[in-house]
Amino acid sequence: MSKKELNIKIDELDSAIGTFKGLQIQIGRMVDEEWEEPMGPTPFPAVATLRNWDRKLLEKYKPFYMPFCDLCCLCTFGKCDLTGDKRGACGIDQQGQQSRIVMLACCIGSATHAAHARHMLDHLIEEYGSDTKLDVVLNTKLEAPHIRLVCGYKPKTIGDLEEALDYVEKELVQLVAAAHTGQEGDNIDFESKAWHAGMLDHVALEIGDISQIAALGLPPGDPEAPMAEIGYGTIDAEKPVIMCIGHNVLPSVDIIDYLMEKDLFDEVELGGLCCTAHDMSRYNDRSKIVGPISWQLKFIKAGIPDLIVVDEQCIRTDVMVQAAGVGVPVIAASEKSCLGLPDRTHDDVDKVVDDLVSGREPGALIIEPRKVGEIAVKVAMGVRRKRGNNKKIEIGELSEIAATCRECLECVRACPNNLPIMKAMIEAKEGEYSALGELNELCVGCGRCESACPEQIPIISMISEAAQDDLLNESFPIRVGRGAIQDVEIREVGQPIVFGEIPGVVAMVGCSNYPAGYEDVADITEEFLKRRFIVAASGCSAMNIAMTKDEDGQNLYEKYPSHFDAGGLVNVGSCVSNSHITGAAIKIANIFAKRPLRGNYEEIADYIYNRVGAVGVAWGAMSQKAAAIAAGCWRLGIPVVVGPHGSKYRRMLLGDKDNEENWKVLNARDGETVYVGPAPEHMFYAAETKEEAIVLISKLVMRPNDTNKGRAVKLTHYIDLHKRHYGGMPDDLHLYVRRKQDIPFTMRDEVMTALEEKNWVEDHIGSPDPTLLDRMVRRRD
Amino acid sequence: MSAKTRLGQTAEIAGPTNANIFPNGNVAASLISKAKRPLLVVGSHSVKVQTNDGDLIDSTIRAMKNSKVAVVATAHMVGEFKKRGADQANSLSLFVLGKYLSDPEWMGFDGKGPYDAVVFMGFAYYMEWLVESGLKNFAMSLRTISLDRNYQPNAKWSLGWMPEPDWKESIEIIVSRLEEEA
Repeated sequence: MSKKELNIKIDELDSAIGTFKGLQIQIGRMVDEEWEEPMGPTPFPAVATLRNWDRKLLEKYKPFYMPFCDLCCLCTFGKCDLTGDKRGACGIDQQGQQSRIVMLACCIGSATHAAHARHMLDHLIEEYGSDTKLDVVLNTKLEAPHIRLVCGYKPKTIGDLEEALDYVEKELVQLVAAAHTGQEGDNIDFESKAWHAGMLDHVALEIGDISQIAALGLPPGDPEAPMAEIGYGTIDAEKPVIMCIGHNVLPSVDIIDYLMEKDLFDEVELGGLCCTAHDMSRYNDRSKIVGPISWQLKFIKAGIPDLIVVDEQCIRTDVMVQAAGVGVPVIAASEKSCLGLPDRTHDDVDKVVDDLVSGREPGALIIEPRKVGEIAVKVAMGVRRKRGNNKKIEIGELSEIAATCRECLECVRACPNNLPIMKAMIEAKEGEYSALGELNELCVGCGRCESACPEQIPIISMISEAAQDDLLNESFPIRVGRGAIQDVEIREVGQPIVFGEIPGVVAMVGCSNYPAGYEDVADITEEFLKRRFIVAASGCSAMNIAMTKDEDGQNLYEKYPSHFDAGGLVNVGSCVSNSHITGAAIKIANIFAKRPLRGNYEEIADYIYNRVGAVGVAWGAMSQKAAAIAAGCWRLGIPVVVGPHGSKYRRMLLGDKDNEENWKVLNARDGETVYVGPAPEHMFYAAETKEEAIVLISKLVMRPNDTNKGRAVKLTHYIDLHKRHYGGMPDDLHLYVRRKQDIPFTMRDEVMTALEEKNWVEDHIGSPDPTLLDRMVRRRD
Repeated sequence: MSAKTRLGQTAEIAGPTNANIFPNGNVAASLISKAKRPLLVVGSHSVKVQTNDGDLIDSTIRAMKNSKVAVVATAHMVGEFKKRGADQANSLSLFVLGKYLSDPEWMGFDGKGPYDAVVFMGFAYYMEWLVESGLKNFAMSLRTISLDRNYQPNAKWSLGWMPEPDWKESIEIIVSRLEEEA
């Protein structure tokens, strides 16, 4: 596509109708493209364009708010108490305020991805040219499904992505403005705006990832993408170690290029943390992934890095303090996170290196990614030489440090998981360190315990020291992020997914704020892989999935195939790659079902909601970005399950399964209203335990369009898992069995008994051609 | 802040409306036993919390001898009740329960009417904090009671922080009172 603004300026024009001076003619945009699909009804939707669609779903999934704070303190009226039925000075009530915070969180998340995409795109256009082709997925014609769906055009080059990003930025300004005092006041409208932010987020994610795939040559949707190494123990601390933290791979790319150009990869260790690490491994699988965000603090505190390079997002804002604690410098490589450092972007390389190696400066801000590589490598090598044999941080005898613990319990009360730190410390006083070491796998690495400790006990370092053997042996293979799903893969799985014969697509995404360690993520993943669901993974979850081995020493990336097919484990990549998971759902609607895509959001979302059994799972969701990603799923009709800490997003979107009126759809064949049962039952749900999540996921994949065979397959898993974890048959089978053909053959008798107890009547639940959109009704009798 | 009002997590500070503290286990037992339709809500940490009976599920099963006491196990905890022969425990997720409880039309698990005391125990501190925040704001007339070992500010009534032996004793008093009335 090429959209051009026509701008004609004429100083003086003589014509039959007179003489014009200083004439200027502007014609908005000329559309010059080959995409023959007609434009749909909602290209570049504005804030309220899809409001009716949102309200249809929000009527089914009413918000249940759980205020994190009963006050509003955003304006100078002061703190307004909104408890119960009170209103603030501006008139806002508690529901309005909570939904306003939800929307702001989604806007922050979406803006973060959009800003990331902007930096990426501007840099890549400057370096590689705006006409760089968007050949980003093998065997694929339908690239950039989000941009096509939302914006209604087909980008061919990275320059074409600018139009979509301009749109995202413009809409985000509108959304943030709605949060100002004295603007929006209705909670459901705030929710709709949160969903709008979510939709924009997935466009921004897509721009961020496909631009880097196109220009940097990351794997183009390749299921056989190479394996890389992940784990604390993969890094050889004897070498100079550069640790890159964040999400924007551009500075790391320059480091990799410099190492390759100078043939230094064998001499310098390059490791990454969080999503930058994913994208480093996609760019060059010789770079290593240290771990997810929760590894950040313990890795720095161990003194292993000789240089820390931070780009943007999910970096510790106290990284300067932590780096100073171990005596290593920091390079900040993003304007979004300058960390108080002097801008050395245009300074002489050797001068910057000398200042950092000597310790005269604690770090440097280097905003141009292409200037980071040489400086980073030279600094790391210089610092490593300087540290000599004194690299390892010695914290002293653990029992002696533990002896200073006054047993005040502040560490436990500060810990998000109330881990038994004090108990471990009491044991450590006696020289018994096993309890301390066991905390390593449960710790989310936030450091609040240390901050709370009145004795300044280095709790994180003590835990790492006690678990040192485990940490040093921590090394696993991980398939690097492959990027998008190919059209040919969608053609293979589209029908079995829509008919329910592949029971579902489970997306394991999000951060690592887990309630009970990272093994839960691998456990949930394997449960569904064994049952031949498709499992897609990204971000910290994709990392933690790799970090659990079975008794034969294999992890899930070694045990399961990497194709987007039943029983396949697909690592799409970093956070920005999440767009490919929702993109796959969009592609199913377009490629398999031939639904028009172009600017046709409602119809595609309606299709996905009623037919594609996809569920997002963010077991350790922490950030506002995760909130925005979830919101993008909701607007597409994809339910999301979060772990216990996800309850702190402070509102759930819950269905009322017993209210039949909530679960009626239109039959597109004749316009008749038909009850289809609560499928899916909830749109946003925090589970207390992994067992609860597993059972719920198996239920949430049910859709009104399931064939008898497909529904029977899904019910088999739901019933089996429910019996295993809840000790008996589900009590809501009568809401999901439409007719006897839906009943799993091997469970026929027990299911019929359960149905009879509920006075089940065959065909009370219909099997229409389901839609929530009146305009999709083809014929009315 | 007195020791009694010590929060289970340092920063989980509520708003201007905070829970009353039971001066002792007997007062809590009286309040719960006076309810006509009490509901005990038992969370996923119940199996980790030791009581004089074994764990919180064992103590709840004792309380269930009183026929007016309804029990709902959240997460997958109903399986634990079944394993121990207590098949009458209901099962519902925590936040769906919160939503139902904030609906004045909800007639309870037996369809006979709303509950007049909802007693929470056995949860991750922040999860109970949050659901009680929802109920404080959107089910204002509901009497919510926390039997957590730490103060839960968003409940109507909370046991408040106490040493483990004292807390076990309080639970024993409450359960015994309900059992005696069976």
